[in-house]
Amino acid sequence: MLHMFKWKTDEFSWVDFTIDVLRILIVLAIVVGSWNTLSEGRISFAQWVNLFIAGLSQGSIYALIALGYTLVYGILLMINFAHGEVFMAGAFSTVFLAEALNRTGFLNQSPVLAILLMILFAGLVSMTVAILLERIAYRPLRGSPRLVPLITAIGASFFLQYTFRGLYGSGFKAYPQVKILQGALQIGSINIPTVQIFVFVSALVLMFGLYWLVERSRIGKAMRAVSENKEVARLMGIDIDWVILFTFGVGGFLAGSAGVINGMFRPQGVNFFMGFIPGIKAFTAAVLGGIGNIPGAMLGGLFLGVIEAIGPNLVLAGLGIPGANQLKDVIAFTMLVLVLIFRPQGILGERLSEKKA
Amino acid sequence: MAGKPKRRQNKILVATGMTKRFSGLVAVDNLDFYIPEGSIASIIGPNGAGKTTFFNCITGFYQIDEGELIFDGNRIDGRSPDQITRSGIARTFQNIRLFNNMSAIENIMVGQEPHLKSTWLGSILGLPSTRREDDDTEERGRELLQFVGLEGKGDMISKNLSYGDQRRLEIGRALASKPKLILLDEPTAGMNPRETIETTGFIRRLRDELGITVVLIEHDMRVVMDISEHITVLDYGRKIAEGLPEEIQNNPDVIEAYLGRGAAASAGKSLAS
Amino acid sequence: MDLSQSRTRQAIITLGLLSGALILFTGAVGMIAAFHEREVVNDFITLGQLVLLITPFIFGYTAANRLGMTGESPTSVIGGGIIIGLLTTLPTTLLLLFNSDEFRFLLDWSLRLAPFVVATAIAWRLHRQNVETFTLIGSWLLAAVLIGIVTFSLALIFEVKGELRSVLVNINRDWVEVVTFDNRKDLMRGIFVFSLASAVAGFVGSLCYYVPRTPRRAMFYGLSVTLLVGAFGETVRLVLQENLERDTLNQLFRRDTLRQNAALGLLVVSTVIGYLWAAFGDRARQGFQNLGGQQRQTTQMIGTVLFVAVLLMLPWLIGRTLSDVAVTIGLFVLMGLGLNIAIGLAGLLDLGYVTNYAVGAYILAVMTSIGPLGLMKGTFSFWMVIPIALLAAMFAGFIFAVPVLRMRGDYLAIATLGFGEIIGKLAISDWLKPLIGGAQGVQAIPKPIFLGTELRNPEQLYYIVLVACLVTLFVSIRLNNSRTGRQWMAIREDEDVATAMGIDTARAKLLAFTLSAATGGVAGAIFAAKVGSVFPNSFTVFISINVLSLIIVGGIASNPGIVVGAVVLIGLPELLREFSDFRFLLYGALLIMMMINRPQGLIPTKIVTHEMRAGVKAKVAAGD
Repeated sequence: MLHMFKWKTDEFSWVDFTIDVLRILIVLAIVVGSWNTLSEGRISFAQWVNLFIAGLSQGSIYALIALGYTLVYGILLMINFAHGEVFMAGAFSTVFLAEALNRTGFLNQSPVLAILLMILFAGLVSMTVAILLERIAYRPLRGSPRLVPLITAIGASFFLQYTFRGLYGSGFKAYPQVKILQGALQIGSINIPTVQIFVFVSALVLMFGLYWLVERSRIGKAMRAVSENKEVARLMGIDIDWVILFTFGVGGFLAGSAGVINGMFRPQGVNFFMGFIPGIKAFTAAVLGGIGNIPGAMLGGLFLGVIEAIGPNLVLAGLGIPGANQLKDVIAFTMLVLVLIFRPQGILGERLSEKKA
Repeated sequence: MAGKPKRRQNKILVATGMTKRFSGLVAVDNLDFYIPEGSIASIIGPNGAGKTTFFNCITGFYQIDEGELIFDGNRIDGRSPDQITRSGIARTFQNIRLFNNMSAIENIMVGQEPHLKSTWLGSILGLPSTRREDDDTEERGRELLQFVGLEGKGDMISKNLSYGDQRRLEIGRALASKPKLILLDEPTAGMNPRETIETTGFIRRLRDELGITVVLIEHDMRVVMDISEHITVLDYGRKIAEGLPEEIQNNPDVIEAYLGRGAAASAGKSLAS
Repeated sequence: MDLSQSRTRQAIITLGLLSGALILFTGAVGMIAAFHEREVVNDFITLGQLVLLITPFIFGYTAANRLGMTGESPTSVIGGGIIIGLLTTLPTTLLLLFNSDEFRFLLDWSLRLAPFVVATAIAWRLHRQNVETFTLIGSWLLAAVLIGIVTFSLALIFEVKGELRSVLVNINRDWVEVVTFDNRKDLMRGIFVFSLASAVAGFVGSLCYYVPRTPRRAMFYGLSVTLLVGAFGETVRLVLQENLERDTLNQLFRRDTLRQNAALGLLVVSTVIGYLWAAFGDRARQGFQNLGGQQRQTTQMIGTVLFVAVLLMLPWLIGRTLSDVAVTIGLFVLMGLGLNIAIGLAGLLDLGYVTNYAVGAYILAVMTSIGPLGLMKGTFSFWMVIPIALLAAMFAGFIFAVPVLRMRGDYLAIATLGFGEIIGKLAISDWLKPLIGGAQGVQAIPKPIFLGTELRNPEQLYYIVLVACLVTLFVSIRLNNSRTGRQWMAIREDEDVATAMGIDTARAKLLAFTLSAATGGVAGAIFAAKVGSVFPNSFTVFISINVLSLIIVGGIASNPGIVVGAVVLIGLPELLREFSDFRFLLYGALLIMMMINRPQGLIPTKIVTHEMRAGVKAKVAAGD
């Protein structure tokens, strides 16, 4: 026991000191802000619950994108910075399909089938983009210093953004409204928009599908083997290139379907730049959950969504900052930096990230 | 037992109760040991015995979980690697870790860091003292290159040097910090018998000519028995024996650790020879 | 023999389709139509048409080179060039047909057939790998269904939307006009002309392989000079305007484009000069090498003096409009040199460099503005605020650096990117609006005054930027060859070992961040003074990406590289407005291509070349 109180012999480290000060300031800000907001009581319990649920559904979209980061990182130890653009590719391309389905009336006649078609289409488009990305940009760079593929990914990110801007134009395009998603579910005083339930449930279904794929299927086993040790996996007769390609494909499919779900959810529409910010946020979610960790990415996404929805109203508003909801993104990015400083192995801190980091 | 090791010298490095854990796995377990000043000491043990972890704990690469480390009269546990180097411990690595794309002389110049005083502002302004220091650093670097036998290879990119030269350069880089204690992690790994003999002689010179205490991790028992004056044997992170070479050779625990329980009795001689 | 033939065929088809994909892509994103707006030679050829022709030319030449090396006969080499030319047009021709009313049915049918054809192709490939029948049928079905979903959706989209243009905005009349060489009305004729032109270009390209080396090089010099002068006609004219009579100028240019006679003359002259250079250039270089140390130094001295003289005279040589461009380039050179301290010297990939730029700009704006947001209302001059902006940026750099010091390289990059975004959002927020004006920004920033004259023109501001660049250059060269530089190099190489050498890595990294931030702050302040107002929209992630790209393209840690990178990446879109829409598309493509083919940059330094090429071997040897 005495060891725990041993006299520290190290010299004063002002980096530690600054980080400690930062830690205290943040805790203080959160406590004071929350206290002020809660004691004022401007926001009712039902409103908090609504914010929470809205956060969950936004978060489930982050989670779907985050899975792509985590899958690729688990296998290649590489941050696929262009993943946000993979998400955009599916979402932006499917807007036209949604419009066409709407114009023919199919979207409102049999919405389930139409949305399913849209999700599949977006998933396949994003999958194609992700696979091309791997094949053309990343494969030649395997084994080079870590920053080289990262710079390539940044290049790919801007290349894809402006390619789609060139293809589809630079304006915003909105997904058509689907009638059955317009209503809201009333539980007591709490009012949950149907579209949020739709987002949450479809994201859950997709995540469950991925979980099944990774844990139960043969290719999933191969993926796990490659992420454990590429050389051994190769000796066991696993085609590494194919597994990596497949991983990019699966990540792309999830991102594309997230794109459609996101489109139905957000009325302001989609454009070529829509993937950038969600991409960084989803990366945050992946790191939050411990990058390389699949359940971690799901939880990290949900967590980030909720923080982002509640944070501005709870903390920033309480600190007397005007227009707190404008600073939603600031909360998310601050979250990113804080996680990277204080807990880079994530909440579920997996062994893998510690070992390979 | 032939007798207790003679303790006529000071102990330059003393550890008591040193423990390091990795998420459940105890890599170094409640270790007490010392290194006599001015000696050539060896750490031996089977693969995975925790030898390199032990080095990493001493040099601050790992923070130890329990226990204390005293070097030259001062507590060093809890210090960062650069502080420990500044206090007089230098090391080499098991798999050579030079600054691969820098030239040999630059590697040695970086090694002299603990003794440099010039600042960035001085370099920008080109102060005379800074220039003088730069010149001195380079000159001393050339001298060290000569000492380790790399004369004339100073401007070669270090990854283009031969394997043996790289090993020597790494030791030279460690010497550049004018250490009191140098830790060598398998200095003869991958060398042929002739190179091994050269290296052994070179290690002796470190102690005899420069007065540096040497600690080495080594697999080659001939080297260990030849030059060591003090041997510590580790197995599963514990110390199982300590003492003079002849004591270690005949220690049944050591033989057992190396060869397994059954073989211990029969194979004792082969280890000794 | 058989093998070599099939390999030849494959090489030709691959190169041809690649070239075709390029033409299709540039068309679909709107580049070709946009470039068509710019005439290279008056009434003769536009930049868009040039792209259409030069692509098969280059691919034809490449193919000829590759095939010629392997000893193919001239007929098959030249035939290959023609086939490449034709293949180049194939994808675009298909799209033209799909887009037309008469051949629309082709699109419908290809969408209907695609699932079966592609699935069968995939199954055939699997069959060749001896996959069992059950799996084979399964893969066929899966592929057919998945592709079917996509093609069905596409068919639905095009059916409902009608024209392709309502989805792919750049498959429009302008595009058709360019690729059919002005035969939009008669599509068949257009396709014929297009194919013919492309085939000729491919043919000429492959023919070039047989031209002896010296005249070939001369020809390439001549052509590139003429085409560059033509493409940058506006710029060239602006330069000449400073030094030539109006009448002479009008004989050379019609408005902003080169006249045909002038182009021809230029072609002849530059080819002759190119020929002389190709024939005797090597000998001249040899002669230079053979010079004694003394003489060589003198020659180099003269070169340096000339270079400095040109730098000093530049604003007078190029006039106002181009001086403005030069100032912009200079600001980016400044930022490039600054960011290079972090990225190039210390190996810290900082993606939030815009933070420092914004801090510098806003500090200058708020402190000197005579508008409502100015704090001092004219008591502080530009010269007094520059050091303040520098210190403020250093302080900001310091604050943002401390938390990221312990992070791994790639996390550091993303975290700094996060900082950049945070600053952007804060700058535009209501919270800080009373201080820095929110989206409206800060206006009424006075120009710097030097010895009583107001430095209003870009010609004058140029010198401020030049001095700042030279100071930064000096500092970064001095530091690179110092103890600090060696510390940074060691950290870049292997941070753990650097620590083991007794380097306080946290401190060294902090220094790199802070110095790099200082430069960014000065650049921001000069920018604010130049523009006279500051808006949050000027400080987006694109600034960081711009600076990063120019460093990567020029060569990491290479000072001349940064200048070249800035001139190409910043100057080009400024001078060639048609480029500016595609700026980030090209940057992205360049970053990818550079990382794959030439990670050390255009003008590399030795050590970085070693590092970037280190690759797998070093990593495996380090064996963690």
